Amino acid sequence: MSAELTATRMARFANWNVAIIAITVVVLIVAAVTVDNFGTSQNFGFLVLDVLPIAIIALPMTLVIVTGEIDLSVASTLGLSSAVMGYLWNANQPIETIIPLCLLLGAVLGAVNGFFVTVLGLPSLAVTIGTLALYRGLAFVVLGDSAVADFPPAYTDWVTGTIGSTPFPNVLIIIVVLAVVFGVVLHATPVGRAVFAVGASEQAARFAGVRPGRLKFWLYVAGGLVSGLAGVLWTLRYSSARADNGAGLELAVVAAVLLGGVSIFGGKGALAGVVAGVVLLGSLQNALRLSDVSNEALNVVTGVLLIASVLGPNLANRLRRN
Amino acid sequence: MTAVELPAPRRSSLDAVLRARELGIVIALALLVAVTATSNSRFLSGQSIRDILLNTAILAVLAVGQAVVVITRNIDLSVGSVLGLSAFTVGTLLQGNNLPVVLALLVGAGVGVVCGGLNGVLVRYGNVPALVVTLGTLYVVRGVTYFWAGGSQINADELPSGFLDFGNATAIGIPYLVLLAVLVLVVTGVVLRNYRMGRELYAMGSSPHAARLAGIPAGRRTVGAFVVSGGLAGLAGVLFAARFGTIDAAAGTGYELNVVAAVVVGGVAVFGGSGTVWGAALGALLLTTIGSALAVLEINQFWQQAIVGALILLAIGADRLVAARVAASLKKRSSHVR
Repeated sequence: MSAELTATRMARFANWNVAIIAITVVVLIVAAVTVDNFGTSQNFGFLVLDVLPIAIIALPMTLVIVTGEIDLSVASTLGLSSAVMGYLWNANQPIETIIPLCLLLGAVLGAVNGFFVTVLGLPSLAVTIGTLALYRGLAFVVLGDSAVADFPPAYTDWVTGTIGSTPFPNVLIIIVVLAVVFGVVLHATPVGRAVFAVGASEQAARFAGVRPGRLKFWLYVAGGLVSGLAGVLWTLRYSSARADNGAGLELAVVAAVLLGGVSIFGGKGALAGVVAGVVLLGSLQNALRLSDVSNEALNVVTGVLLIASVLGPNLANRLRRN
Repeated sequence: MTAVELPAPRRSSLDAVLRARELGIVIALALLVAVTATSNSRFLSGQSIRDILLNTAILAVLAVGQAVVVITRNIDLSVGSVLGLSAFTVGTLLQGNNLPVVLALLVGAGVGVVCGGLNGVLVRYGNVPALVVTLGTLYVVRGVTYFWAGGSQINADELPSGFLDFGNATAIGIPYLVLLAVLVLVVTGVVLRNYRMGRELYAMGSSPHAARLAGIPAGRRTVGAFVVSGGLAGLAGVLFAARFGTIDAAAGTGYELNVVAAVVVGGVAVFGGSGTVWGAALGALLLTTIGSALAVLEINQFWQQAIVGALILLAIGADRLVAARVAASLKKRSSHVR
């Protein structure tokens, strides 16, 4: 019985992953044929840079969502990290100190989320809506509505540059390394199995010797750390630290994760699917932007994709049952 | 253990807690006003109070709708976008046309009802969590408004004077907008407190499963709650248009944070099943007063959003502590009965 259940679940899951990868391939082909400049190596670089923050934040977000929680504060963490980076750079601190400090800041902000969710036992949705406002507000307190520029060219050039003379941007290394780390942790370690166990049934996981609170706490710290890194990379990429950097990005991150077949109810998901979801979202946005669609209109697409990514499988299940 | 004896103490202790909860906001409000007024007496001038009340009216209408949804253990993050779409629709309709205010109110609320209905149907029949649906429609509705409006802006001089009067004029010394907000508050408050339909919403929020077993039409009620929230957000859009007169596609951007904050600060539990619209309206008044007080005290306006966030965390933390204490005392009491 349970083996059967697992088998059908696996089949359903595989179906969704195959569907996402198929849709991604179709979008890539259609875009390459119909959209001018989409298939160029220069555009490939832009695409990777555009998708960079979504791609790296989606990785810890996947683990958080699989445990049945959510983190809506990631974009504000990115913004605060960027604002603090600008503030410290204005205060003539060396960049070698600033970057570790911003990563540490991200981890601390994640720990604050984790504290409220796991130690006080508050619902993560409400907590991270609160910190979404709090962190973004603090970013404005730190930097106001001014912008800080003129970061050292050695760093900004590395972020926007490519590996040697290949068309692959340097930041692709960061994406690949983080994706492999999170993929291995989720799918090949006891920590990953604990993540799935907590998402499936927190009580059962506790009986099996997992400490759900501690696990979730560190997942929030990881989410904050990666968001802090995303803030640093964002600042270096545009060579501009602003308090509103990355505003609204949490939507795209959650959309990419859910598109990747991760269940919003927790317990189910795979990192490979999330990577496909990120590629799909990124290339769709890139192709539409090349076709002169405005940013606001792009948000319509992201919003529809977000709803469709949960609605689609639900409707498919209902049809199958009837 | 008898079924008759138990509910009595439970209700009175819960009532006391809820009363204390709202009392807490009133005390915080009184302290804030006292401190601000001592530092600058202009804070209590007629104009300043009128501005606070007018801004509260818009936020309170949104907060009442949000409270209805949150009580059923859902959330509606799309209200800021719905306000924007409604305001722009009404603005476009009235541009150069001298149509009655009532029609504007109906059209605005109608836009909201359609958006809310869409949210409700997706939540109920699509089986998609409210968070996902309304986070999606937050961007979809805003995007539709941008598509339609582009960079254009509707200015006050293009709107009929009757409509602008509605936004600023008073009856017996009280602005129309405030009267309308109070009307919405009282009607919703009474329905939630005294009518079967209202009590069913609390039952659904307390325990969705038990509510279904008790024969409550949970599907219809869920859709209904979202329709109310959407409709009130649409109404708030009309109030926004009448109050400010200048409308572009960005109207109401980010309002959802303030609305959720007002509701949570007002003591509506995010797990659903408890809280009142009175509390939510008090929360709206507190947040608006903080905004004005910052300006009067010459504190950097950028602190406002951070304070909103901190208040959300403070409120849910405090509610959790109170809930834990109530649960403990209930446990003790029922063990005495036994």
